[in-house]
Amino acid sequence: MIDGLQRLGRSTLGWLNRLGRATLFLLRLLGALGALVRRPGLIIKQLYSVGVLSLPIIAMSGLFVGMVLGLQGYANLVDFGATSSLGTVVALSLVRELGPVLAALLYAARAGSAVTAEIGLMKATEQLAAMQMMAVDPFARVFAPRFVAGFIAMPLLAGIFTAIGILGGYFVAVYQLGVDSGAFWSQMQAAVGLVDDVINGVVIKSVAFGWVANWIAVFEGYDAIPTSEGISLATTRTVVNTALVVLALDFVLTAIFFGV
Amino acid sequence: MSAASSSPSDTPAEPLLVTVRGLSFRRGDRIIFQNVDLDIPRGKVTAIMGPSGAGKTTLLRLIGGQIRPNAGRIEVDGACVHELGRKDLYQLRKRMSMLFQSGALFTDLTVFENVAFPLREHTRLPEHLIRTLVLMKLEAVGLRGARDLMPSELSGGMARRAALARAIALDPMMILYDEPFSGQDPITMGVLIKLIRTLNDALGLTSIIVSHDVKETASIADYIYLISDGLIVDHGPPDALENSSSAWVEQFLHALPDGPMSFHYPAPAYAQDLALEEEPSRD
Repeated sequence: MIDGLQRLGRSTLGWLNRLGRATLFLLRLLGALGALVRRPGLIIKQLYSVGVLSLPIIAMSGLFVGMVLGLQGYANLVDFGATSSLGTVVALSLVRELGPVLAALLYAARAGSAVTAEIGLMKATEQLAAMQMMAVDPFARVFAPRFVAGFIAMPLLAGIFTAIGILGGYFVAVYQLGVDSGAFWSQMQAAVGLVDDVINGVVIKSVAFGWVANWIAVFEGYDAIPTSEGISLATTRTVVNTALVVLALDFVLTAIFFGV
Repeated sequence: MSAASSSPSDTPAEPLLVTVRGLSFRRGDRIIFQNVDLDIPRGKVTAIMGPSGAGKTTLLRLIGGQIRPNAGRIEVDGACVHELGRKDLYQLRKRMSMLFQSGALFTDLTVFENVAFPLREHTRLPEHLIRTLVLMKLEAVGLRGARDLMPSELSGGMARRAALARAIALDPMMILYDEPFSGQDPITMGVLIKLIRTLNDALGLTSIIVSHDVKETASIADYIYLISDGLIVDHGPPDALENSSSAWVEQFLHALPDGPMSFHYPAPAYAQDLALEEEPSRD
């Protein structure tokens, strides 16, 4: 019993210690953002790496999720003769929840883990130490560009995921299930609000998820034990912690924006 | 030369670039340095030698300001490195370079871009001038033809030479070499030895070489410090150390398996560990 309490106390203190270090890291990261204004090329290079290279998985996943939503939505709506509302169901599901959440989870798996592994390896191979010895701050040169690029890319990827998802739902609904094309789009247009659904849903959520996903990815790389096992653990932690934080944050944001 | 002393009082009376006084450093409970004094003269090649785990690389990191001592003072060109703020420390580092054991080349950049990296970061030179400077540095280490190769395409020796070209890109006043010869074949080792000495003399550098490759390091060093167990065991010019009467120096310089330095890491009695002997009574 006492041992269990001690272990719980130790792990809680360890977790708090890590959270404190991550917060200090974030503050230093934010302090280094000013240097990026003069060097947009660093962000653009990383945008390609975390954004453009994530497009295939985001587009393919969005397409399949939208198609599944079309099939599932039709199967339920057809009983009530409400198949013309399929566009609304697909769009609201994607815009409010699935678009930002799934895009964030896929982003963490594709780009977040890569950022962690890259920074962890730079640490293990003394590239970060070499940079410091050359009087170049890794916060300004390595961490901040990756963080900012990811923060920019995340909402764009969530938007692309959502748009392709809606198209996937449309193709299934109209060409496979025979739903009227005009009804699909007009019902969607009437039901989906710009502020209530798009801004509060995909925009704000993906901005928030982009912040935490990239904070976690960059910090885990920086904090990785510079060994093969340490980098492997850090990469895993990036994916697991991002998934947990994104899902918890999604609940909080949903309660704020869509809670009754 | 002084026997088993941590005082550098008898070092040659030359202008000093680095002075270390009363340095103490520990990692957890393990003492790495204990009240160490050390002087590095300007314009010379100074070697710091000792067995693996003696704290040689740690000493370089302390001099470079990457870690802070628990006690003592480390001055580089008159500035106390561990008392400097980040901005001043970075200003000082622009005048020093470090050659890492692994080379630490940036793996996403070509050899050319690696050498150009410090120039692009710290100067606003036009591109054609950067190109000229980079090619000059690469020519000095014999890698002008390898400018377009990626670090993964280089052999270990080439990677170290490319890193050396990067280290001299900004014409530093001092270069810290961390085990520059380890894992190199004899030819590459010979090339590196010649390069380090030539660059030091031609560019008027101060070089600090941390190594346990005795013969190679001694062949180019002007002065040698031998460290072990957190202390400077001996120091002096290579030929003076060669004739040292110290049993430790004798063991280290001539790679003798037996001597004051034990082969075994401290451990309980072997028989006791194998349970061949009864443990002492606790009454």
